Amino acid sequence: MATPILDKVEADSAASPYITVTLRIRRFNPEVSDEAQWQDFQISIDPKERVLDALHKVKWETDGTLTFRRSCAHGICGSDAMRINGKNRLACKTLIKDISPEKPITIEAIKGLTVLKDLVVDMEPFFQAYRDVMPFLITKGNEPTRERLQSAEDRERFDDTTKCILCAACTSSCPVFWNDGQYFGPAAIVNAHRFIFDSRDEGGEQRLEILNDRDGVWRCRTTFNCTDACPRGIEVTKAIQEVKRALITRRF
Amino acid sequence: MQIHKYDTVIVGAGGAGMRAAIESTKRSRTAVLTKLYPTRSHTGAAQGGMAAALANVEEDNWEWHTFDTVKGGDYLVDQDAAEILAKEAIDAVLDLEKMGLPFNRTPEGRIDQRRFGGHTRGHGEAPVRRSCYASDRTGHMILQTLYQNCVKEGVEFFNEFYVLDLLLQEVDGVKKSAGVVAYELATGEIHVFQAKSIIFASGGTGKFFKVTSNAHTLTGDGQAAAWRRGLPLEDMEFFQFHPTGIWRMGILLTEGARGEGGILRNKDGERFMEKYAPVMKDLASRDVVSRSIYTEIREGRGCGPEGDHVYLDLTHLPPEQLDAKLPDITEFARTYLGIEPYTDPIPIQPTAHYAMGGIPTNVEGEVLADNTTVVPGLYAAGEVACVSVHGANRLGTNSLLDINVFGRRSGIGAAEYAVKNDFVELPENPAQMVEEQIERLRNSTGTERVAAIRQELQECMDANVMVFRTEQTIKTAVDKIAELRKRYLEVSIQDKGKRFNTDLLEAIELGNLLDLAEVMATSALARKESRGGHYREDYPNRDDVNFMRHTMAYREVSADGTESIRLDYKPVVQTRYQPMERKY
Repeated sequence: MATPILDKVEADSAASPYITVTLRIRRFNPEVSDEAQWQDFQISIDPKERVLDALHKVKWETDGTLTFRRSCAHGICGSDAMRINGKNRLACKTLIKDISPEKPITIEAIKGLTVLKDLVVDMEPFFQAYRDVMPFLITKGNEPTRERLQSAEDRERFDDTTKCILCAACTSSCPVFWNDGQYFGPAAIVNAHRFIFDSRDEGGEQRLEILNDRDGVWRCRTTFNCTDACPRGIEVTKAIQEVKRALITRRF
Repeated sequence: MQIHKYDTVIVGAGGAGMRAAIESTKRSRTAVLTKLYPTRSHTGAAQGGMAAALANVEEDNWEWHTFDTVKGGDYLVDQDAAEILAKEAIDAVLDLEKMGLPFNRTPEGRIDQRRFGGHTRGHGEAPVRRSCYASDRTGHMILQTLYQNCVKEGVEFFNEFYVLDLLLQEVDGVKKSAGVVAYELATGEIHVFQAKSIIFASGGTGKFFKVTSNAHTLTGDGQAAAWRRGLPLEDMEFFQFHPTGIWRMGILLTEGARGEGGILRNKDGERFMEKYAPVMKDLASRDVVSRSIYTEIREGRGCGPEGDHVYLDLTHLPPEQLDAKLPDITEFARTYLGIEPYTDPIPIQPTAHYAMGGIPTNVEGEVLADNTTVVPGLYAAGEVACVSVHGANRLGTNSLLDINVFGRRSGIGAAEYAVKNDFVELPENPAQMVEEQIERLRNSTGTERVAAIRQELQECMDANVMVFRTEQTIKTAVDKIAELRKRYLEVSIQDKGKRFNTDLLEAIELGNLLDLAEVMATSALARKESRGGHYREDYPNRDDVNFMRHTMAYREVSADGTESIRLDYKPVVQTRYQPMERKY
């Protein structure tokens, strides 16, 4: 086995890594004004740091009123989806160096959900759509004493959609959702998919009926925005297509 | 101010809180108050697995699991509790599977299991495959599955409600729980929740360290609320430093990476764990591995120009195995370090990870006001609590287990208590303390900044009470924390508004961190021995004669208002295992 040759990463890190970047942030605070407005902040930051670090720098050093949600800071909790340079991303999973820091970086709240303050939106409609698809295992008959058996292949069938962290990056990137908030949106369908294609589940028919609704999967226009936006790399559009196909064939 | 009445109130919606909620909602009218949306909780960041002696892939039994837990905790574990943990682990995993958790599967379709640090067969003979897992996102799957089942059961959540105070009332000379006071983040409104029983499940306090795997929001809110109301905190000096955090960032890279065959190497490429733990090697318990890493670094065998880290080497593992078993952590290396783990080793350093100590409870989850007296109606479960199943050092995969076993127990216990008992009358002006605290912060014109004090605290904690400690470093920390606590009184915030005031929230969180840091350092100073996660260079050996006992810290306020910390001790419950020298 080869012994790893080390040190190549650090060799060029001796020089000061800091650069100056401009954050152009969409501010909104109804306690102050009914109008949203853009505000620029200049900060000095290592480009290998995250957009979340940049936002913290502003909040902690310049303007404590800047408001955003965040928790884990490494792309697992789903708190900090926002629109960065016009694309939905997690602020904690986006490095400054990867988003053209020589130009002002625009940061605004995700679209299609009501902005409550700065980058914070009302998540209730999003979670309501999730709850509406019955996102839990439905089984009939007696429970087995031990675990239910499931082959590795059957487990793999719905693996992709188990990765969802409910950050709303997909749903709030969907043009259909922007125009009509009644649409379930990609995230709810992803979570329905996760159960429809789970071999242990027996509630597929019920969920498909829910998604056959006029606000259901047929609203999807296959623009792939959701797939591009997903910070977990879930093939969202594909999952929606699979649900559509299951509705037609009733096979899943 | 709004007043609500519920049978049971649960504070926190991570794994322990939601596992409790599933039970208590079936039995009593329950409200879950959570600072975050439930699926944002840090349970979701756990990766490697949940231990249970299912024996799906090789011989195993709960008795070996108990032994490993006791030994892993350096014999500070209460052995009756460890026995319950290991026995109930099996049903806890099976329950989650029945709730829908998508575990990885064996070729026979059973729940797959893998190796993890400190888990052995035959009382330490060799590693055993005990960790039930869903690739390297087991915590994510547990959090999602529990939330899904909360939706199914119709659990009532109050999202973004931050609990700031615990209301205790004396009834016939007995301190009982009466309710909690919460701050609604969206509106700035104060809510008082009167409840017959209360469960604290609000998580850990890792954010007083700088390099940590913990979320920004893990600020010890539950521990601090209990502490300020005169309840003790147990074993706060014991904090776990996970061996493999991403260098400088602290992001967790699961021990499952070593369970899958990953190897730690120093700058010479040497597999140094062979020297420190000849049998278990890279899968020795976490305290042992973290100390070994820092020993390598201190002796000049660290990597990089500053020699301040070592490498986690996965390059000899087939890419298919990494994709199937460790997809998230390999992606972290790519995202945050620009490193391809197929071909390059990952720079790592120990990262502050888990509080073994917390609010003392018995095995039913009931909170203790001293060594033996239960506070009727008050429960705690998960990282906020100290049962103590983790003793001086928690084994990997035992925390996801802890939240399920003791979350369930406290959920049932709290609901049953609520059904049998009446409400305790609320005190007059129940929200007074919280209102005063918020007004003081909002109106303060002081010149101290929250972020500056927090940064100084974190740097002080990293420098002085991390993997290696001495009398001198701990005293430095105690003095610094005292200074920071004084400066905290002069802290002011910029956001004076009511709506989503996270500036205010962070100021309150900092107050909690400062209080708990002081308890931790004070407890560490008095423990003149080395045991598990608490390593004193000036007392490098375990001292069972003087310190085979839990620390119980109490907040004392004298007549003139001066605060101090009084330390007392509580015996360890021993059943079948006599303390032995700990070797891996």
